[in-house]
Amino acid sequence: MTASYVLLGLLARGPRHGYELKHAYDQRLPRAKPLAFGQVYSTLGRLERDGLVTQAGQDQAGGPERTAFAITDDGRAALETWLGEIEAPAPYVSATLLSKVVVALLVADPARATAYLSAQQQAHTSRMRELTRLKSEQDLTVGDLIAVDYALTHLDADLRWLQTALHRVADLHREVQS
Amino acid sequence: MSPILTARDLTKTYGVQPALRGIDLDLHEGEIVAVRGRSGCGKSTLLHCLSGILAPDSGEVRFRGDRIDDTAEPYRSELRRTQFGVLLQHGHLISELTSAENVALPLMLGGGSRRAAMAAADTWLARLGVAEAAEQIPGRLSGGQLQRVALARAMVTQPVVLFADEPTGALDSLAGELVMKLLTRVAREQGTAVVVVTHDATVAAYAERELVLRDGEVDPTGLGVAIGVPA
Repeated sequence: MTASYVLLGLLARGPRHGYELKHAYDQRLPRAKPLAFGQVYSTLGRLERDGLVTQAGQDQAGGPERTAFAITDDGRAALETWLGEIEAPAPYVSATLLSKVVVALLVADPARATAYLSAQQQAHTSRMRELTRLKSEQDLTVGDLIAVDYALTHLDADLRWLQTALHRVADLHREVQS
Repeated sequence: MSPILTARDLTKTYGVQPALRGIDLDLHEGEIVAVRGRSGCGKSTLLHCLSGILAPDSGEVRFRGDRIDDTAEPYRSELRRTQFGVLLQHGHLISELTSAENVALPLMLGGGSRRAAMAAADTWLARLGVAEAAEQIPGRLSGGQLQRVALARAMVTQPVVLFADEPTGALDSLAGELVMKLLTRVAREQGTAVVVVTHDATVAAYAERELVLRDGEVDPTGLGVAIGVPA
């Protein structure tokens, strides 16, 4: 599970308690799927059980007592292994967007397909505008910028693919009709 | 607030090939609008008609309420020099002049003193982060620096409208991002309206809205292509 390795990566820079880890996670991966507090603690529990982290004292700076965790040698080794493994490029395309576009083009009448695809394109464009504004107007950390770039580049890829698909269908129709 | 630039029912035909077929556009002060569409859809022709480089076959273009499409070329040329700024894909700087001289040129052509024009050029080059390029000729600059110098030249007259045609088309993604960030920032600071023609969705995302063209017409679906459903 990716979250385990992200937590190990955060602990590689020194011991932290769960609350700090949650904030560090949010700061480093601000556009990633959110990680709930409960998930942080359950993940730490699993990592401790597997000997990848260990408890490193209590911290009670004016608040409730918190347990700090430190990465172990086995934890560092597991992290190194994970970082060294190449992510296989997805062998199958499974995006819902792909299925919807294909089905819209195959099943719907042209007016309905156009309405759906137009709305989808506008949703993508509007999200790209939001992200671009965020990138232009706020002082973002490098981690945040990298995450925004990731989202923007994927939305752009979706739009390019959508355009190419539409042009292919339009060209096919032109050929059939001529 | 009334629009600063309007186009009504613009048409333009090259030979028998229609390039624009009844385009309407309202551009408001300080607004940034992207024009998108497939190659040959009429994007650049629209930009040329709006900026007075080309006269449309019919329809009208008004700047601050006054028609400009039916005026004589010297008037439109004056308008382009004083009220409009233009930024093209490859900058089109004069290769024998330094960056500062290139930027100062529009002011000097307008009758400004060389001293004042060069001072304004230095200010703009610094504002766009290319002060170090002031004494360099364009051949010695990177693509990103060239476009920032070209942007300085387009903005030095403090235009009311900036027309940009594929302004990042020749740049890598980070250089392109910097040019678009600076372009939108200075346009907003100056209250300059911008029309940016681009095929790139990441560039269009800097605009507040976009106009998608299809075969010379505005495509209200925003898709830029008419779809049928495969048999």
